[in-house]
Formats: sequence, C-alpha cells, structure tokens
Amino acid sequence: MAAAVEPSPLTLRIVAECPVTKARACDLTLPHCTVNTPVFMPVGTQGTLKGITVDQLESLGCQICLGNTYHLGMRPGPDLIVKANGLHGFMNWKRNLLTDSGGFQMVSLVELSEVTEEGVNFKSPYDGKEILLSPEKSISIQNSLGSDIMMQLDDVVSSTVKGPRVEEAMHRSIRWLDRCIAANKNPDKQNLFAIIQGGLDAELRKACLKEMTQRDVSGFAIGGLSGGEEKNDFWRMVTLSTDHLPQEKPRYLMGVGYAVDLVVCVALGCDMFDCVFPTRTARFGSALVPWGSLQVKQKQYAKDFLPIDPDCHCPTCKRHSRAYLHALFKSDTAAMHHVTVHNIAYQLSLMRSVRQSIVEGRFPEFIRAFMKRMFPSRDDYPGWAVDALASVNVTLD
Amino acid sequence: MKLELSRVIQGGARLGVLQGVGRTGQHSLKVPGCLLYTHFGTVPHLTQDTLQTVNNLPSVTQVTLSNIAEHQEVLEEFKEGFKTFAGLHNTVLYCSLHDPATRSPTGYATNKTVSVWGSGGRIELTASKFMALLKTVKPDWYQSMADGETWQTNTSRKRIRKSVDRTLAYLDECLLVHQKSQDLDGVELFGVVEGGDVMEERVRSARETAKRPVAGFCFDGLQTGSVDPALRTQLITSMTKELPEDKPRLLQGVGRPDEVLACVEAGVDLFEGFFPFQVTERGCALCFNYDVSPDPERAVLELNEEKHSAGDNVQPKGDLNCEDQTQMTSFEMNLKDKRYQDDFKSLVEGCGCYCCKNHQRAYLHHLLVTNELLAGVLLMIHNMTHYQNFFSAVREALATDKINLLKKRVNGEARNT
Repeated sequence: MAAAVEPSPLTLRIVAECPVTKARACDLTLPHCTVNTPVFMPVGTQGTLKGITVDQLESLGCQICLGNTYHLGMRPGPDLIVKANGLHGFMNWKRNLLTDSGGFQMVSLVELSEVTEEGVNFKSPYDGKEILLSPEKSISIQNSLGSDIMMQLDDVVSSTVKGPRVEEAMHRSIRWLDRCIAANKNPDKQNLFAIIQGGLDAELRKACLKEMTQRDVSGFAIGGLSGGEEKNDFWRMVTLSTDHLPQEKPRYLMGVGYAVDLVVCVALGCDMFDCVFPTRTARFGSALVPWGSLQVKQKQYAKDFLPIDPDCHCPTCKRHSRAYLHALFKSDTAAMHHVTVHNIAYQLSLMRSVRQSIVEGRFPEFIRAFMKRMFPSRDDYPGWAVDALASVNVTLD
Repeated sequence: MKLELSRVIQGGARLGVLQGVGRTGQHSLKVPGCLLYTHFGTVPHLTQDTLQTVNNLPSVTQVTLSNIAEHQEVLEEFKEGFKTFAGLHNTVLYCSLHDPATRSPTGYATNKTVSVWGSGGRIELTASKFMALLKTVKPDWYQSMADGETWQTNTSRKRIRKSVDRTLAYLDECLLVHQKSQDLDGVELFGVVEGGDVMEERVRSARETAKRPVAGFCFDGLQTGSVDPALRTQLITSMTKELPEDKPRLLQGVGRPDEVLACVEAGVDLFEGFFPFQVTERGCALCFNYDVSPDPERAVLELNEEKHSAGDNVQPKGDLNCEDQTQMTSFEMNLKDKRYQDDFKSLVEGCGCYCCKNHQRAYLHHLLVTNELLAGVLLMIHNMTHYQNFFSAVREALATDKINLLKKRVNGEARNT
C-alpha cells in the first residue's frame, strides 16, 4: 500500500525564466496564500508593521511579511501567542508570515552574547536573565508562532569579519541546520529554510552550499551578506550562491531592500527579499521614488504641491501633497504612516513591475529603463551594479 | 446655518439639527453633537483608510490656528484654502483659535493681540492678522478672536473683566473685516463668550456678544480643570439666559462624558471632540456604558458588577481630579495593565469598530507594552467610535426622556471590564 503523501506546505511553480539573466518569475504557494515572486517582504518586527493595520497591508497587495522570533519570543512570549492561535491569530494577518530565527538580533542587538556549540547565550534586556537560544529553542518558538516559513538558527558572523571564525560559523550553521530540521514539530504546515553562510570566501560558500543542498528543506536563504561589506564582494557571493542552489526551490536574499540591489539581485537569480529600510526610512520622512528618495521634511518641499510621486497610485499620493506632508510632520504621527504606506507601495510595485517584465520577456529592457530613471547619468551608475549585470549578460547603455 | 430644534427641555437641554452648514449649505450636524478633532486636518494617528473605518464621523472638521498659523505663507502661496491643501473632501471646516487638548500659557494677551503656540514657538496675532489668516484658510465657520486666559484658578476679577472687554473689542474688529470681505462670503462667525468664573461677567459677556450679528456662540474659559463642574453648569445657565434660543452654543475644552451630560442639560449644543484623543494618548480605551435600552437582565448584572468592582483600585466616579487632563478617568480601561496580557476579548463587547472587530485586548496590551505605533491607530479608531456612539445615545435619550437613566449609566455604572 502506498504511503499517504502529505501535501507540501510549499510549492514553487516557475512561471517564466529570463533568457538573458538568471531571473525567474514564480508562484510560491504557501499555506495561507500564493506569493508572486520576485517578492519584497516588509518587516513587521513585533507582530505589527509600524503604524499600519493588516487591512492596509492587505490592500497594498502584500502577500507575505516578516515577524521577529527574538522580539516576539521575549514579548509577549511563545506561550501567549499559542493561546492567541499563533502569530497569524495574534495580529490577525490572514496571509503568509516568515519568521527569522533570532540569530541576527543576537549579534546585532545584544551586547554580551556568547556563541557556543549549544547555542547563543545572552542576557535578556528586559529582566537580565541568562537565556540560551539554541536551534531547538528557536524552532520551538517559531513552531509556536506558526509562521509559514521558518528560518534555521545560524551562527551569524558579520561579513566584515575574516579568518577562522568564518569557517567555524559555516560548519556550525550546517550542524545547527540539522538540529533545526529535527526539531521542527510541524513539518507539514511550516516550512524550514536553510541559510547559506561562508562569509566572503568563495570556497567556504561552495562548501556550505554543497552540504546544505543535500538537506531536505523547502528553500534556501543567502545569509551573511548585506552587513557592510563591499558591494563588489557582495554581488559575487550572491551569484555564486544562486549558481549552486537548486532551480526548483526559492532563493531568499536576507536583508536586501534598496531598489537597485533588488533589481540586480533578481537578475542574479534571487526570488525573495526583506529589509527594514523602506519602512524605517519612511518614519524619518524619506519617501522612496523611482529617481531615488525625497526627504519630505526638508524645507524645499514646504511649498511643493505635487504628490510624492505623481505617477504613484498609493493612497498617500492620491490624496496628499509633499507640502501637506511636510507640514504634517510637525503636527501628527500620521505623517509617518502616510510615508510608510507610500514606501511599501513603492517596493511592492517595483517587484510587480520586475515580475511582469520577466513574464513578458523584457527584463533586460526593464533594467536599463530602471537604471536610467534612477541615476542622472551613466557616470552615476554604481560600478558594482554594472559589473553584476554584465555578468548576467546585461549591458547598460 | 439654521438651528432646527425638535425638543427643548425646560430651562436647558435642546435636541435638534443644525442645518445648512458649510458654504454650500449642504451639510447638517445633529445636536447635541461634537466636532471632528484634528491636528492640522488629520485625525490623530489616522490616514484616510483608517479614518474611513469609523462609521459615524461628525460632518464638521475642526482645525486650530495653533497648528495652522506657522504655515500661513505656504497657504497663501497655495491659494485654494486649507480644505484642499489637506485633502479634505466633503466636510465642513471649523477653525478655532486654540487646540482644546492642550493648555495654552497665560499672560500673553494684550489689548490688541492674542498668541497661539505652533511647533516653532509663540505667534502673535492682531485682529487683522487673525482675519488675514482666516481668509487664507477659507473655513466654512470660525470662532472670533478671543482672550480666554482666565482659566487659571485665582484669576483676578479685574483680569476677567479685561478678557470680556477685549474679546468684545476683537469681535467688533473681526466683524468689520468679515462683513467687508468677499472671501468670507457665506462663512459663519461665532462670537466667544468669556467671563472666567464670575457670574456677572459671564452675563455681561453673553448679553453684549448677543447684540452682535454672530451665527452662534462659543463658551470659553470653562475647560475641564479650570472650574468646578457644578459652577460651570451654573455659569452656562446664566449665559444661555441671555442668548437667543435659535443660535447654537459650542462649549470649548470640555469632553468628559459626565461633564458633557451636565452641560447638555444646561443648554450646550456642541462640543469639541478631543477627549477620545486624550484617552488614546494615555494608552486607554473608552468603555463606559451609555446603553439605555430597556433590558431587565441588565439590571441584575449591574448590581453584580457594582459589587465586584468595589475593591478595584480605581478613582471614584465624578472625581474632581480634572486638574491634570492626562489622568485616567473612570470612563476608560488602562490597557497597559497586566490583567489584559492574556485577555482575548475585544475591547468593548458589541462595539463593532474596526479595532473591536479585528483585535483583542491582549494584542493592544502587547502593542502598548512594546511602544508600537499601531496602538495609537487602533485606540483612536475605537475611542472615536465609542465617543460618537455616546453622543448618539445622548440624542436618543433626549428624544425618549431617558436622560436621567443615561446619566446614571455613564456616572454610576461599573466599567465593562
């Protein structure tokens, strides 16, 4: 008798592949809904996107967003979230959620954290208690959160670090991946992604890729980048990684969100992206536009009666001018929300356009037009982007 | 605008509709009612999408010169008035001098000027600057310039008299400009009645203001915390005796439900809608009961709830702790309290607002504890809805002779916690 086949909690259907670059447009079916890729995932750290309701997020067309295991594990804690029917129930988000493992926060937020084979030891910033975040603990919290995609706990090392620590972290991440896979209590409802490490060392990356791709995980993240390293090294590691990752599983490039980076890395073969930048910068009055960004709080916009982007269809641009928002920043927090809505709309719209151009077989043209709009002249094109695109057969005029 | 009263209760409360509101005369406002409180045309924390989830929004939007004055140059260059500048559609714009949610300092008014405080500091306004500003704002309706710096206790009689005299003088100056301006054609002007806590001055101010061709009256200097509530209603009664019945009365700076009810009974028609904002800012949700529907089962529940909450560490109802407007009142629940950490009920059962339909107390608690911006958004939606529903209940109670029962509910009823 044949064994019953569990429906997979993740299916990737490649809708189109760019014949020139390594870009793909896919339909990623997850437990809560299908996600169209390439996709940018906004970050809702503490079970909320700052200042934005779930209805607003849904109206903007967001199909997947992030929650942070470290923050939510501390407050309100996994037990409460279980009582609330998972993070979906707690924040009342009906579409997909991806949770990271808490590993990055360990290194970026917590001052005195110590990594051992067991896990990451740290002191809780709220009550000073000693806590150990192990692969098992991280997965346990993520199981309680009930996210559609969980990230493995990896041994995170800054991309600017060199030497034996990088190799140690890479090997440990593989061992921790195995522990995460074993610890997953909901493999039929919750996907686990591996995170490729290896720093900026091609050999270490390849070794990590070789090992991790042998594990049975739903997808792969490219980690250890987007942390201050040289862009020239950054793109080379990205493209090396996608060269060795299976076609039929999604590729998630963590922590990337600048428009240029998104477009280039899609060309290099990445499907999913996340970054706090668009939403964080919004709260400082920085609006993202096809030609860069616009600092609404600056004096020059006090009497500028155009919307942020006259071609943008977001609720903010349909109703308000730069001048109004400029003034509103002096009066009410809603000014931040207006710009947040716009920036999310910008990011999602960008990815939709990218996807559409891949589907219609004109991605290279799209890239050229995008770069032309973004930079005043050819001389301003970032060198690394020119090189990266050239490596996938796109020459910029 | 025309006030059509359907009911007038002996010596006090009125029920009706303010018709022909706005330059085009298309809008109406039920009275007793409240205005839509905004910061520079934006309801605090809310964008259009979140604002539209609130069903019974007031048809009149209030803006204040304290927010607007510093942007005069921009508005002059814009030319098309504040409504268009702020993206406000299909609403009536009422412009007041001060923000009712904040206390302006005293000691700055002069015979010729008053001051407002913007984000960059104090801005001094003469009557002519005041009118110039209003012409740029292009409201549908505004209050005349006024000296209300009498709210502090122990303001001298002399000072109070001066505020009455000055306010009348400012009114006459404003009227002169108003009547000559084509720009203000069809725009309504309310006179402001002052008088501090001195009965004679209140009467004098009301009598004199009523002689001027104003569309209605604002009562200034009686904001929460400035005067004992019992004295306030006496003063209001003394003022309304001098005023024509067919012109509306707007009370500034009073928003607590118990004080609203007392002032409605004394003859006030309109209130500023800032109270829900204050409640939101302290992380609280309005939860007081305003239900006067006949329901015998409720009566039993009432008694039980009263007993249960006897031991609560809560401020007594009708407390005079209104000195500090940031203090929590007995009409609200403090969602930061640990007891809500795992409370999965909606804020108020049967509320029906976006927050109550979609979220639970535990989630609001979490948002407040983690200082998340969404807390303000959700609480503002709930508090506005609850407050608007309260005003509906006030009108309903006046129509069906249940005002005493409503007072009992609002003042004596235990909280819905």
